[in-house]
Amino acid sequence: MGEVILTMKDIDKSFPGVHALDHVNFEVKRGEVHALMGENGAGKSTLMKVLTGIYQKDSGSITYKGKEVAFHNTREAQDAGIVIVHQELNMVGDLTVAQNIFIGREPRKGFRIDDKKMIEDSKKLFQDLHIEIDPREKMNNLTVGKQQMCEIAKAISHKAEVIIFDEPSAALTEKEIADLFEIIKDLRSKNLGIVYISHRMDEIKVITDRVTVMRDGGYVGTLITAESTKEDIINMMVGRVIYEDPKQHSMVPPNAPVVLKVEHLNAGKMVQDVSFELRKGEILGFSGLMGAGRTETARALFGADPKESGKISIMGKDGQLHEVTINSPQDAVKYGIGYLSEDRRRYGCVVQKSVTENTTLATMEEFTSGLVIQKGKEKQVTEKYIQELATKTPSADQLVVNLSGGNQQKVVIAKWLTRNSEILIFDEPTRGIDVGAKNEIYKLMNRLAAEGKSIIMISSEMTEVLRMSDRIIIMCEGKVTGDIDISEATQESIMDKATRNIN
Amino acid sequence: MTRKKKSILSDQRFIVLLVVIILAGIFSILSKEFRQYTTLLSMLDFSYYDLLMAIGVTFPLITGGVDLSIGTGMVCYALIAGTMVRSHGCPVLVAMLLCVVLGVLIGLLNGVLIGVMNLPPFLATLCTCMITRGLGSLYSATPWPTLTQEGGWFHSIFKLTIGTGRSADRYPLGFLWMILLVLLMEFVLNHTKFGRYTIAIGSNKEAAALSGINVKFYHVMVYVVCGLFTGLASIAYAAVTPTVQPGTGAGLEMDAIGGVFVGGVAASGGYGSVLGTFVGIFVIMLLKTGLPYIGLQANWQQIITGIVLIVAVLIDILKEKKR
Repeated sequence: MGEVILTMKDIDKSFPGVHALDHVNFEVKRGEVHALMGENGAGKSTLMKVLTGIYQKDSGSITYKGKEVAFHNTREAQDAGIVIVHQELNMVGDLTVAQNIFIGREPRKGFRIDDKKMIEDSKKLFQDLHIEIDPREKMNNLTVGKQQMCEIAKAISHKAEVIIFDEPSAALTEKEIADLFEIIKDLRSKNLGIVYISHRMDEIKVITDRVTVMRDGGYVGTLITAESTKEDIINMMVGRVIYEDPKQHSMVPPNAPVVLKVEHLNAGKMVQDVSFELRKGEILGFSGLMGAGRTETARALFGADPKESGKISIMGKDGQLHEVTINSPQDAVKYGIGYLSEDRRRYGCVVQKSVTENTTLATMEEFTSGLVIQKGKEKQVTEKYIQELATKTPSADQLVVNLSGGNQQKVVIAKWLTRNSEILIFDEPTRGIDVGAKNEIYKLMNRLAAEGKSIIMISSEMTEVLRMSDRIIIMCEGKVTGDIDISEATQESIMDKATRNIN
Repeated sequence: MTRKKKSILSDQRFIVLLVVIILAGIFSILSKEFRQYTTLLSMLDFSYYDLLMAIGVTFPLITGGVDLSIGTGMVCYALIAGTMVRSHGCPVLVAMLLCVVLGVLIGLLNGVLIGVMNLPPFLATLCTCMITRGLGSLYSATPWPTLTQEGGWFHSIFKLTIGTGRSADRYPLGFLWMILLVLLMEFVLNHTKFGRYTIAIGSNKEAAALSGINVKFYHVMVYVVCGLFTGLASIAYAAVTPTVQPGTGAGLEMDAIGGVFVGGVAASGGYGSVLGTFVGIFVIMLLKTGLPYIGLQANWQQIITGIVLIVAVLIDILKEKKR
């Protein structure tokens, strides 16, 4: 680690009704990777927005390369050498890689854009980063991981000296994350200051030198990563102790009946000959790398995407398995399946509508007499679930957009419970949810399973899979490559099966 | 913040109502002629078909779509109905029913193209706009007088006339129907499954589909309802227009759609109200009727309406940003 390049001191920022940053301190040295951690809403993003000029601070000082600075917009920060690599990629899919990297500052030759120079410069950038990407490729044709590499290349082309990574690994596969870390290490060795925002504890241990923790808009402290444990960091983040022990053995009684049987399901390249069984009260984990076909399997099962072939049987009221035809989400819902998407804002809830409207969205029939909606009954049921699931919302009328990720997830769970769904498919149930709320969602899932609901849980987080599942299905490139009981599962055995087809 | 807890002043509908009152005040002060009861009567007469179209098109607009075929559709149905009465001796009541049936059919076509076959609403309804314009002209090549002569029972639906000649008392009975329809559709939007799903489709179609809602069906129904009201609009249009000119109607939808946006439907869909549409249309109607009385001709009316619309949509966008 070298000298301090950036110091933020006593930064204070209020929005109407919210004290978003309360005298926060933060510094970055040359040649270090500095993690910024905290639950959602702890103020990490706000702090970075103040740094890069998106928000103006109320008080405090920012010192960069020995001089006090105050940027008025991201452009100014960029020109000074402070760049953010956003979690959501800001790329124009139909333009080429080179065009994206130089967008807004295209090199020119007379009146024409100098494509040749742009491509040459891009090539050089990639060479420096040891990445192989063709600058003439269209952005859309690249994987998310490669797109992120382009975003990094773009950042570096701004002659960046401080790069902020905002949850860069959220959408990456293990292999892509490893590549990303190589690049970050390389940047570190070139004496850049790097800020790394992430929820994933494992990554923090691997890649960062120091950790600064924030909580509720305040500064909690800074640790040297090598000298602290995962528990130290989590305790600072939540102010309480959380245990993340793996499940030792299955909680499902040995005689529990099969409620869902999928045989030889085929749907495109991502779902090939998938078969599995789900038993009553079971949490069936679906593990695998990003792009292994787990979400695709769930969507095909749920009728959201078309199937080519396969047999799906569901336990009827008589306790027997019956073959069913599921051609649309409507059919799936009719047979008691509920799907909780990984992308809640897009597929899970109608965020601009109230908690009540979202809770009853799948069950409207039960709340209408004749043609008219019975708003009283609607509210009553919603309030029941707000209590039961401990959803934090000021009222049932609150718009879902104003709730935190964990509470939005609870609203979606309430939607399916209202529907009386017996089979719940949780796709990345805790993505984007902070550590404290994560625990609550886990408890809730365990409770639902204990009450006899059957759960399919798709998860990319190894700790989550090992902690929650009774049994684990592992997929790789559209095929099932493993089906193991939790008592036999280890990280290594799962990873081995998840990469089985990949050479 | 929930919408319910906002003060009345931040409700766009209330602001628009104030605008209506202020506009009416300004025109009344500036022009003696505008203050006449007959001006009010004629303004109301010509507002009915705009309002009916606007009520209907509120629903597609809430889903984030649009229906451009309402203007030409309305004229088309009025022409066909008029021809049926004049040339084929069809009873007026049957002709009126025909208007509604035709509206529903074209609405169904729009709905299937958009909801089932996934055509973009702008494109699909642009096509049916052309089709209805051609269809009306094809069926009746010459201008057609409307359904019946002045003073028949048909006209009394909208303007009740008691007595005869110059001394007759005239009452805008149509206004009462309009209020009832507005209240009915406001109820439908807020208290029925159809209304709830219309809003859900506009707000997040994919989430609605994954909740097991038959999104296709409700998406089609949205356009059927719009078509139904276009059919009703064609009856009101036939009642106030001396003759219906084949090949016209294009552009009439703009006043209706403009009125809906002035009334506060979100430009991106997902929120709106029929009451808002009701007051929004009267802003447009007041400008249309009042500006000529203070010496500003039709072209000015277009320009000013355009500006009002920009302001209304900007307010909506700023509100969206705040949230």
